[in-house]
Amino acid sequence: MSGPKTLFDKIWEKHLVDVQDDGTCLLYIDRHIIHEITSAQAFDGLRESGRKPRRPQSTLMVADHNVPTSDRTLPIENEESRIQIELLEKNAKDFDLPFIDFREIRQGIVHVVGPEQGFTLPGCTLVCGDSHTSTHGALGALAFGIGTSEVEHVLATQTLIQKPLKNMRITVNGILPDGLTAKDMILAIIGKIGTAGGTGHVIEFAGPAIEALSIEGRMTVCNMTIEAGARAGLVAPDQKTFDYVMGRPMAPKGGQWEHAVELWKQLPSDEGAVYETEVTLDVTDIEPQVTWGTNPEMVLPISGSVPDPEKEQDQGRRDLYERALKYMGLEANTRLTDIHVDKVFIGSCTNSRIEDMRAAAQIAKGRKVADSVYAMVVPGSGLIKEQAEEEGLDKIFIEAGFDWREPGCSMCLGMNGDMLQPGERSASTSNRNFEGRQGPGGRTHLVSPAMAAAAAINGHLSDVREFI
Amino acid sequence: MDKFDKLDGVAAPMPMINCDTDRIIPARFLKTIKKTGLGKNLFNDVRYNEDGSEKPDFVLNKEPYRDAKFLVTGENFGCGSSREHAPWALLDFGIRCVIAPSFADIFFNNSSKNGVLLITLPQVEIDKLMDDAEKGANARIAVDLESQQITRPDGETISFEIDAFKKQCLLNGLDDIGLTEQKGEKITSYESARDLAEPWL
Ligand code: SF4
Repeated sequence: MSGPKTLFDKIWEKHLVDVQDDGTCLLYIDRHIIHEITSAQAFDGLRESGRKPRRPQSTLMVADHNVPTSDRTLPIENEESRIQIELLEKNAKDFDLPFIDFREIRQGIVHVVGPEQGFTLPGCTLVCGDSHTSTHGALGALAFGIGTSEVEHVLATQTLIQKPLKNMRITVNGILPDGLTAKDMILAIIGKIGTAGGTGHVIEFAGPAIEALSIEGRMTVCNMTIEAGARAGLVAPDQKTFDYVMGRPMAPKGGQWEHAVELWKQLPSDEGAVYETEVTLDVTDIEPQVTWGTNPEMVLPISGSVPDPEKEQDQGRRDLYERALKYMGLEANTRLTDIHVDKVFIGSCTNSRIEDMRAAAQIAKGRKVADSVYAMVVPGSGLIKEQAEEEGLDKIFIEAGFDWREPGCSMCLGMNGDMLQPGERSASTSNRNFEGRQGPGGRTHLVSPAMAAAAAINGHLSDVREFI
Repeated sequence: MDKFDKLDGVAAPMPMINCDTDRIIPARFLKTIKKTGLGKNLFNDVRYNEDGSEKPDFVLNKEPYRDAKFLVTGENFGCGSSREHAPWALLDFGIRCVIAPSFADIFFNNSSKNGVLLITLPQVEIDKLMDDAEKGANARIAVDLESQQITRPDGETISFEIDAFKKQCLLNGLDDIGLTEQKGEKITSYESARDLAEPWL
């Protein structure tokens, strides 16, 4: 292909090992992150076939989904969880792969640890058996989630069989209003294009509002591209990206650093590059966003009210909305700020980085969590937890009545015992509000960290702008 | 993986859109370290009451759908988490073919790698098959992958498209890894060039 290229085209073409006549591509994979939930069966496969990892140094293993967020010096109570976590360690040893123990300070959610350790680099291909691998695209890496068979395939061959993806660009203009964050931005985008809007595409986020975001904010945006149906999200690397990566433990050093940056500077899309789909959005007038239903496109500004299915023209949509309201235990036309919450979860690979901790702490400072609410803060990694504690954020949270936990996925997916009980309602900074996602019968409202803290304090969904 | 050439049986109608993988197999069942045994928890939270008893209204709890081999469903099936436990659970239950207007990307890949055939058809065809599926035991449908055709109970046939590479893999039960290993030399030369150009990777 000649002519102007997109960021995605450049990374893709550079990693092609082979292209078959029918267009099937063999793509080289630079970085592979492995966690406990989607890997055991892949290692079994390797054992059965007598295969070995092709390039162990391109791999990083860490447990996150199923780890307890309570005292790590105690044994893991749940037998199945313990077996799964121990098996990850055994597989790392048996196959001689780089591994972070779950009791180490570097442990955390895979999508927080990768960038934090400098394992994720601009222009690289990165995969993980987890859909939110899209997060790493914030650094200009082509990063996507894969299944367990593919985990085995990457381990054995350091490649993946892929079909080309389509290019989509979402240009975000304007300036985010005070009190609003990257989370509000991506929720508004999903509200606009829908949960299938990005299917078959890689979405490049561009425009002044994206450039203005910190790397953490860009990660929040790319994280939820998967909720827009896309395979991956991308932001062109810029000086902020290089500053973020520089000096991280696994990042290139010395003369190699200069050389790497030179290559990375060539990554941004060329002038005139063509995208199959283009979307433009202005965030200057958006409000804090909150989901009311059971998928992330069921999202509204906080000043809104629960939709009335009767007003929907389309029968399919009417049924969908009715079902969602029934599951969520909501009446049509209820003002969103009148919805009470039982639990508040601040954490997940969407919103558990230091900036998220700071934003929530700013709202929590000097205030108290409502008596009717249980609120928890789960940092994305041990290093973030440590930094937050150095900044005194833990004290702010604890004084306000939040539970300050050990890092992991936690109530994002309700697997490790941190979960909603049937009928309970949460304000959550995670990324999925599907039925049962945070526990069977649990009801989830997705919000930003500051909005979650505001809901914890008021005991109901609230407009964070009243706090600032 | 098992080969897939022909299949006939009952199809379970599940007319819902955006069915996500959390619904297909909720996260708390992902503590398993095996691929098998997940069928009993397929659609767990919509299939069982809290006390573990079956919800009589749920399609897979009704005869003849307890033995369904097909699922006919709505748009964007399999969205959400990348868990391969979703196709493993379908397979373990006995469902080897899902027919829908569209599928989520990762689920699509995961399924064919486990010998589950996903067929994408326009909504009008889905509507017909949904009607057939509603008819239960007397309305078996059949699929022939080689000729890319579905036969409805009344004998009408519907053709479908499938990627040629995926078709060959399914028909022959081919393991992707084995195929890729045949390109080992290309991978090695790619790696040598890259080690020179970007030694930090
Ligand atoms: S925090 Fe949630 S979304 Fe992120 S990797 Fe963990 S379970 Fe998945």
